[in-house]
Amino acid sequence: MEPGEIHALLGENGAGKSTLMNVLYGLLQPDKGQILADDKAIKIRGPNDAIAAGIGMVHQHFMLVPVFSVAENVMLGHEPAKGGFLDHAAAVRLVREVSEQYGLPVDPDAVIEDLPIGIQQRVEIVKALTREVDLLILDEPTAVLTPQETDELLMVMRGLKGAGKSIVFITHKLREVKAVADRITVIRRGKVVGTAEPTAPESELAEMMVGRSVVLEVPKKDTPPGELVLQVEQLIVADDRLHRAVDGVDLEVRSGEVLGIAGVQGNGQSELVEAIMGLREAQAGKVSLLGQDVTGWDTRDVLKAGVGYVPEDRSVDGLVKEFSIAENLVLDLYRSQPFGGRFSLNPKAIVESAGGRVDEFDIRTQSAEQPAGSLSGGNQQKVVIAREMSRPLKLFIAAQPTRGVDVGSIEFIHKRIIAEREVGTAVLMVSSELDEVVALADRIAVMYRGRVLAVVPPDTPREKLGLLMAGVTDTGEGEEPS
Amino acid sequence: MTSAGEPEGAAPSPDKSPPRREEGRPYLTGGKPERHRGDKTFWQRFREELYADNTFTVTALAVVLALAVGAVLMVLGDEAVRQQWAYFFYQPLQTLQASWDFIAKAYSDMFKGAIVNPDTLNRWFWGMTTWQQVLRPISETLTNAAPLILTGLAVAIPFRAGLFNIGAQGQAIMGAIGAGTIGILLDLPAIIALPLALIVGIVFGGLWGGVVGVLKAKTGAHEVIVTIMLNYIAALFLGWYILQPGIKDPARTDAISKEVYGSSLLPKIFDPSLRVSLSIILALLAAWAMAWLLNRGRFGFELRAVGYNPNAASTAGMKVGATVSVTMALAGALAGLGGATMVLGTAQVLTNGVVGQIGFNGILVALLGRVKPWGVAAAGLLFGALQSGGQAMQTFAGVSNELVTVIQSMIVIFVAAPMLVKSIFRLRKSPSEAASAVLAKG
Repeated sequence: MEPGEIHALLGENGAGKSTLMNVLYGLLQPDKGQILADDKAIKIRGPNDAIAAGIGMVHQHFMLVPVFSVAENVMLGHEPAKGGFLDHAAAVRLVREVSEQYGLPVDPDAVIEDLPIGIQQRVEIVKALTREVDLLILDEPTAVLTPQETDELLMVMRGLKGAGKSIVFITHKLREVKAVADRITVIRRGKVVGTAEPTAPESELAEMMVGRSVVLEVPKKDTPPGELVLQVEQLIVADDRLHRAVDGVDLEVRSGEVLGIAGVQGNGQSELVEAIMGLREAQAGKVSLLGQDVTGWDTRDVLKAGVGYVPEDRSVDGLVKEFSIAENLVLDLYRSQPFGGRFSLNPKAIVESAGGRVDEFDIRTQSAEQPAGSLSGGNQQKVVIAREMSRPLKLFIAAQPTRGVDVGSIEFIHKRIIAEREVGTAVLMVSSELDEVVALADRIAVMYRGRVLAVVPPDTPREKLGLLMAGVTDTGEGEEPS
Repeated sequence: MTSAGEPEGAAPSPDKSPPRREEGRPYLTGGKPERHRGDKTFWQRFREELYADNTFTVTALAVVLALAVGAVLMVLGDEAVRQQWAYFFYQPLQTLQASWDFIAKAYSDMFKGAIVNPDTLNRWFWGMTTWQQVLRPISETLTNAAPLILTGLAVAIPFRAGLFNIGAQGQAIMGAIGAGTIGILLDLPAIIALPLALIVGIVFGGLWGGVVGVLKAKTGAHEVIVTIMLNYIAALFLGWYILQPGIKDPARTDAISKEVYGSSLLPKIFDPSLRVSLSIILALLAAWAMAWLLNRGRFGFELRAVGYNPNAASTAGMKVGATVSVTMALAGALAGLGGATMVLGTAQVLTNGVVGQIGFNGILVALLGRVKPWGVAAAGLLFGALQSGGQAMQTFAGVSNELVTVIQSMIVIFVAAPMLVKSIFRLRKSPSEAASAVLAKG
């Protein structure tokens, strides 16, 4: 690493990017090898050593205390004290200084949980900068941002570079890499497979990441949409904090079409899908499936009615990590033949059927009896998708189907979703990746603050979609009744 | 890429036959190939495992450590040995000798009381005593173990569903009340009376546990709080119940019920002079049934899924609330059966202390048994042996029976802190550690 350089670390999920950076930051210990700083080998036993060596890290999942203020979060771990008491004023001053110096405006007294994700990330960066680090590691920083916020972050990165800081930028998004990086290192399966200049074409970088050529576009047949499968009318749903997360949404999905829901995370998409699935109570409105009112049904009955559901967070809602892959593949089918009878299960049938699924969905594992938690993110997601696609479906709901999934798996998952569309399944796809929505959807519904702002065709310009995602509507244009 | 076969996969081991499609499948996950367990002989594996940090070794060493702590306490607690220590610098050998003799005597008495007394065995060989005398220690161990296995299961099964059942004590008390009431009030033929008493005991315990599950499912009330409160209520209810007319023994002034009719008593399985009864069979059957339920049962699958990840379970259409309720009812039923076996087996009357501490000891048994049914059965037998051995130790060596409670607790502490045991004995990393971690889920 050179001073004042942005070095992008590009690689599929499970390639070892985050592991490498966690070693640098002292969260993990290397089995072998050494870390060199200024040509000297250094030992990093924990984050404190890393900070002392001038290394700071912004994690993929923010390490902030939600009920603390910005200043309190920033001083956490090296609290300025005066006679045994916390010196709150000094912390506030420090935050002000740093945020002015690097052009990162934040209010030191704001409480973290009230701030938007993009600002929270800024707080993380400020936190690292107050420790006077020279090298800043950003682990997948853009995963949770809107296109506009991403652009802002890229600006901030350039500013930091100008101030002489070095940045390691971990990502799997090619466009961002090309926009800011000075040098690109590609990692695959724990090994550096090459370095590239930012001028290299995207397809070449993608090929280096995956190890073969990747089709980024998904070919779609031109099929007219069929009968009405899912109809959502004036749905109102509250989130866990009883705020109105979904505020009167109308949607229609027909068989053989993909309706993409675009929007920045946290604008009611999760609650909408959970309400359709019977996982969350709807306060008002109606959900019907093939003309049948399914509002307030049990999840089990919704699934039985022919709905496949890929939840947005596989590790929380999708998989039982301690269970084997085979067991996870029947997590919703264990009650039906041949997997289970009235009282017992048939482990043989479960393992046998899992074998076929593992091959069909290219789940990379030694055995279907391995625990699902031992798989990489992309393969875990394939387990969930394999399970949900193993029944005859009328409606397939996929929430963030490729989040945290490597390029190779993304390609595969996209193909399967389109294949489902081609056999006449209605597909409802929620994604905060605009590229994904544009590539797959036949119609795009943009959600903002619990409402569908507009339903637009996929060839709508990106800038306009980005503005819609940020809640800006230019009235009259692009707005169709859904 | 897929053509790069791995030699291990091509030569499957004889004792482990993986599904066919795995053969020759490359290790695409990129880890270094693991050696199949079957590539070594049983003895090679045995030697490797013997001094490694596997569950069995750690548990055995935890018992050794606990007995060592018990030995220190014994020396400190005995007047004569303690006085000998005053002369340690004059007569160090004698001091150590006296301590050692005392410890050896106490622990050998414990063994004699728990497993078999070699003297009795010898005398039986020469025809000087009956076989019943030889089996008496074992009989006592099994008698003590039965209710502990049942309450141990009552803690272990909810644990697998992510629930901490502190309420086995109260559930056992309710089971004892249910079974005892039938036994005291109804003089029916044994073929009806015994099953009826057991079933009522199971139902009472099941309801007492089920309430906890329903409250948790419907209102989110934490099961630890609720079970602790229900323990108090059950214990105080028992105290009131045994004083009621019809239940209380009119011939006695103290708080004790009438005796259970003989027709409701659990039959002895070896000999009328040995206390061991049907209860141990029931306990082992329960362990078997729970092992089947967890590994092969449909409900067990739901139970484990809910225990590991309730969100994923409900997303897959499982009814988490119902699973929690049924699990707690099942736990209550097991503990209720445990209480019933005490009143219909050993106690034969209802008193305030009819179930002793089996509910709380059940927590220890469940933890020692690693919350697996057969582990619980083994732990129950160990605790049963410690208790019957403790009786003998008290009688013959004059060491207080309370020491057994200390030893039991120390075992569980050492098991709960495996790092401590591993570092004291400098255990190697178990080669099958990863494999057993997978198996641990049952």
